[in-house]
Amino acid sequence: MCEIMASCQKEIVRLMHNYLDGELFSGEQQKLKAHLQTCNDCRQHFLELKKTIALVQSMSHIGAPERFTEEVLFALPKETRVIGIQRWIRRHPFFTAASLFLALMTGGLLSTWQQEANHFAFTKYNNLQVENDTVVVPAGEQVKGDIVVENGDIRVEGEVQGDVTVINGEQYMASAGRVTGEIEEIDEAFGWIWFKLKKAVTGVFD
Amino acid sequence: MELIVQRRIKQVLKGDQNAFGEIVELYKDKVYQICFRMLWDRHEAEDAAQETFIKAFVNIHTYDPEKKFATWLYRIATNLCIDRIRKKKPDYHLDAEIAGTEGLNMYSQVASTEELPEEAVENLELQEVIQSAIFNLPEKYRSVIVLKYIEELQLQEIADILELPLGTVKTRIHRGREALRKYLRNM
Ligand SMILES: [Zn+2]
Repeated sequence: MCEIMASCQKEIVRLMHNYLDGELFSGEQQKLKAHLQTCNDCRQHFLELKKTIALVQSMSHIGAPERFTEEVLFALPKETRVIGIQRWIRRHPFFTAASLFLALMTGGLLSTWQQEANHFAFTKYNNLQVENDTVVVPAGEQVKGDIVVENGDIRVEGEVQGDVTVINGEQYMASAGRVTGEIEEIDEAFGWIWFKLKKAVTGVFD
Repeated sequence: MELIVQRRIKQVLKGDQNAFGEIVELYKDKVYQICFRMLWDRHEAEDAAQETFIKAFVNIHTYDPEKKFATWLYRIATNLCIDRIRKKKPDYHLDAEIAGTEGLNMYSQVASTEELPEEAVENLELQEVIQSAIFNLPEKYRSVIVLKYIEELQLQEIADILELPLGTVKTRIHRGREALRKYLRNM
């Protein structure tokens, strides 16, 4: 393009781009200006660059579609109360520790928790199978109701028409497995207390 | 604006989803614009923009309040768009027809010449020609051009968003501008 030589062209193009980014020293600016006055190809190149930028900047700004915010809020994951509490604990660690300690000491909950801590238990249904400490909902079977597993795992190969809650354990879903309600894993002492409290409170209102 | 946002983020962290709605209102147009200019498809852009905000909400506790919120949010948006572009590349990038060009697709343009054929130029609206020029850029140039010339961000902020060294951003902008020039010089 440039009449002089390819390396000159490359250097001048570099100066053009630095100029467009507002990053030319005054000496370089002089050099670019002087070259553009004498070289038609480079001047053409520079004008094309400036026109290109003007074209891209001329694009009209577009806004998000209607009802965008509502749809985002609707699609947000609904917070489980346990997550809400964990978040609160993170932000108020001292207060949580102090009040939790008081609750445990006065309510005697801690000793209950320690007693139950290693005890494998689950909600009984006729069609459930047990392998070691894992409760299995066999393929093709339907469990009508909620399942709670404490200190063990659950593997769902069939269908659970209700909620699945695992305390100190994990849940595994086979690809054909299905749970119509909510699946919740509770691992910490606090989550366990929350779960017991929730049961106690719902019991009161039942 | 950042001050209001910081206050709303604190409320979101306390579990207030409505406070997040205000954050969406403040940034939805900018985020949608990034997605639309990157993906050039209204439906795809809406999906990507929604995903951006959902991801921001779910990961809000990883946001560092010492840094600019917009930078963090735009990073999520550009990463999601780049992922979509990479996944779609075989059919989307080369076979997508440009509105009004009747059978002429990206592939025939890339194959024949880097410039837009004259008859296509006549058929297309100016805006569409410019958008097609941006869309034809490889995604690493497309993202810097969109952030610089459509969102009008500073080079350092673009480097922060894309987590790239400043020098790399400059080089990509230079190359992106050259590619656009070749495409648009006859306009
Ligand atoms: Zn020259």
